[in-house]
Amino acid sequence: MDLSKSTFWGYKRENGRVGVRNHVIILPVDDLSNAAAEAVAHNIKGTLAIPHPYGRLQFGADLDLHFATLIGTGCNPNVAAVVVICIEDGWAKKVADAIAATGKPVAYFGIEQHGDHDTIMRASKKAKELVQWASELRREERPLKDLWVSTKCGESDTTSGCGANPTVGNAFDKLYPRKVTLAFGETTELTGGEHLVAARCATDEVRKKFQFMFDRYQAIIDKHKTSDLSDSQPTKGNIAGGLTTIEEKALGNIQKIGRVCKIDGVLDKHERPTGPGLWFIDSSSAAAEMVTLCAAAGYAVHFFPTGQGNVIGNPILPAIKICANPRTVRTMSEHVDVDVSGLLRKEMTPDQAGDKLLDCMFRTANGRLTAAEALGHREFVLTRLYESA
Amino acid sequence: MIHFVVHEEGDGVGVVVVEGVTKGQELTGWIMEDDKELKITARSDIPIGHKIALKDYKPGDTVIKYGTDIGKIVAPIARGEHTHVQNLKTKRW
Repeated sequence: MDLSKSTFWGYKRENGRVGVRNHVIILPVDDLSNAAAEAVAHNIKGTLAIPHPYGRLQFGADLDLHFATLIGTGCNPNVAAVVVICIEDGWAKKVADAIAATGKPVAYFGIEQHGDHDTIMRASKKAKELVQWASELRREERPLKDLWVSTKCGESDTTSGCGANPTVGNAFDKLYPRKVTLAFGETTELTGGEHLVAARCATDEVRKKFQFMFDRYQAIIDKHKTSDLSDSQPTKGNIAGGLTTIEEKALGNIQKIGRVCKIDGVLDKHERPTGPGLWFIDSSSAAAEMVTLCAAAGYAVHFFPTGQGNVIGNPILPAIKICANPRTVRTMSEHVDVDVSGLLRKEMTPDQAGDKLLDCMFRTANGRLTAAEALGHREFVLTRLYESA
Repeated sequence: MIHFVVHEEGDGVGVVVVEGVTKGQELTGWIMEDDKELKITARSDIPIGHKIALKDYKPGDTVIKYGTDIGKIVAPIARGEHTHVQNLKTKRW
């Protein structure tokens, strides 16, 4: 597929970033505010509440990451406008101000001294105004380089490593020369293939930071493990699908970064890409945690290969499901956007599979709902670094 | 018809990509990287997605897939047998 003149239709935001969805989100800062946020989203059609269980008595780096992930979610170009709700005004304002720096409309509400009823009423009035405003925004034609694309696989099996993941790799190798901003992560899921990832780093400085992130995560595993992690990493589903060891899973996983792309930068969980190229995001390999971090980092479309059939979605980041396992394609067809099972029957070449995914990427960017969006999958999972105070 | 795939020449295991492989069945494999075929007789029933040994292994041997070490053998395996958690373990963690 010649991508040199490719464009997509997206929403250009105030800060120049381009989104492919036009969400007005109702964002609770803490668990206590979920009920009000969900009530507002119920009142005002076309808005989307993003409930989650955290935000109280966190401190230090864990609290910083909590804020960074909520703020990043609000800043994502797939979001047109944001209503922030918190138990009190101070942190509501902190999150709202940081999102407002993008130039998009943001309002915030604290519940204390008002109660849920008054907060819901005031926030609903504002949300109605914002959703009607957003509904008049129009897509415009944008160059491919304005699209940010992330990847993470889930419920992998051995077909992931020989079918779905190389399909993503083929697509990444085609997007990389077009100056698209790309991302992958899943730090522990590189175990056994970390030397291959290190060898792909563009500079010694990037390699050093990657190795630091990798070693840091290994130290967490070593500190807490009570076994060889079998059934956790690889998961029970991975093992049911035929994957035996973490090394085997990792080698399949890294097929997603293709053969040509270089790793241009390494990001901690709260850091953001500063230019085009392929970025490694230090992250959990749990699907919803990783995809939530990708959304917070600003990615607009996500490639999600699966073998056994992970059904995950994200509230704001469309996740395109790619599958090469013919049994999963047959039994879970409603979850599969791109069927590449022909690869394993030699009926399709990797180049054709990559093009099929890119075609679906453009259609998704232009507005087609992914399977996960149509099925209502909105898993939003904040990464925690340690216990609350 | 392709029953199993092998990532590259030199790998010691293949991946069954069809359902219903049974003991005694003659299987055709495809070495993807080198676009070659090979034949093997299944010595176990092997589910889709699970691995078949392409050689005999003894405990302590290393298994190569993707041209890379994926773990160590902990129970003997004969060529054509099912290779999974009962006979292959990680060298990490």
